[in-house]
Amino acid sequence: MHDVLKVNMMANIHDENDHIAAHTNEDLTDRQIYVINVMGAPGVGKTTTLKNIIRNMKGLKPYVIEGDIESDIDTRDLRSLGIDTFQINTFGACHLDAPMIHNQVQSIKFGEKGVLFIENIGNLVCPAEFSIGEHCKMLISTVTEGSDKPYKYPLAFEKADVIILNKTDLLPYLDFDEEFYRKGVRALNKEVPVFKVSGKTGEGFAEVAAWIQKKAEEAKAVHHHHHRDEDTGYHHHDHDTAHTHD
Amino acid sequence: MHEFPITQQIIKLAEEHATELCASRIKSIKLVVGDYSGFVGDSIQMYFDVISQGTLCEGAVIEIEHVTPKMKCTGCGELFEREFLSFACPKCGSDGEPTEIGKEFYIESIEIER
Ligand SMILES: Nc1nc2c(ncn2[C@@H]2O[C@H](COP(=O)(O)OP(=O)(O)OP(=O)(O)O)[C@@H](O)[C@H]2O)c(=O)[nH]1
Ligand SMILES: [Mg+2]
Ligand SMILES: [Zn+2]
Ligand SMILES: [Zn+2]
Repeated sequence: MHDVLKVNMMANIHDENDHIAAHTNEDLTDRQIYVINVMGAPGVGKTTTLKNIIRNMKGLKPYVIEGDIESDIDTRDLRSLGIDTFQINTFGACHLDAPMIHNQVQSIKFGEKGVLFIENIGNLVCPAEFSIGEHCKMLISTVTEGSDKPYKYPLAFEKADVIILNKTDLLPYLDFDEEFYRKGVRALNKEVPVFKVSGKTGEGFAEVAAWIQKKAEEAKAVHHHHHRDEDTGYHHHDHDTAHTHD
Repeated sequence: MHEFPITQQIIKLAEEHATELCASRIKSIKLVVGDYSGFVGDSIQMYFDVISQGTLCEGAVIEIEHVTPKMKCTGCGELFEREFLSFACPKCGSDGEPTEIGKEFYIESIEIER
């Protein structure tokens, strides 16, 4: 006769992913790299947005990791503009996760402080659920997708730290209900800034670049504070489990 | 697709725990899965049956408790399930705000044999 026993675990299945993400974040903060997780449905203009933001950034070097299911078109496009770009192919997986980014980041030489943009897989659902070590989640949405997207994909809008509303050059041809869209965004995310831009005309990206620059400076200020804590002997580590993944 | 690595993680966590307790096998695993966690129960069971072969989890049954997302009304505090294309509270009409209810994704318990 076997002895059957029910044991409580209460084990969060995301813990390991989040733990690795926290490491990547700490490591890149130390190297003065501000990390932006760029999310949005296929074709909303993630790559176009990166190019426009980078064109408007001053004094911070851009780095890009391109996540794609299986091509490297976007990477070649960005490299042709002289941007340091690294490719991750997931071969079917629908989102990037913390281990993938952790491994990729090990092999990147960050010569200067700057901003690392990580273009996630084109998908409005699961990238929002997985931290990858970012300081900021940037959601790209568009006027062409329709104003009901906050209501249909609430998690992506809830988790975003900044929202880009792209393709506004097409507004005259659409019946995009901006009030309904903004009402949905506000219910889910009270503070999040929403920037209206056009990847076609370049309008609105100077403001986005300035916002990023400010955030990157703030992250660095936190980083300096963190070092002062260490000088006084206070150890500022967020976790107490062993480092098993390296 | 995305349930594959997650299922590996579930097996790993359950096995670690069962090994510590000197179990000879795991009979069942109880998961709590919020509808906004993005995970599909049927896919987890399907991957589980394949990946668990040769582990302490082989043959185990996955029991899933689903949790329906709720919003909290910013007007009257009511917790409610939203209607499609709306965040309005059914009691007072104010918009609700997101809560953690419906985002759960954890192993609640396991049943082991020793
Ligand atoms: N009219 C208009 N077209 C745009 C705008 N932004 C992007 N596009 C076009 O939309 C298409 C998709 O843009 P991408 O930047 O490749 O989109 P993406 O989100 O990176 O796409 P995936 O990586 O394939 O998911 C391209 O043909 C762009 O030229 C915009 O503001 N207005
Ligand atoms: Mg792209
Ligand atoms: Zn996924
Ligand atoms: Zn109410």
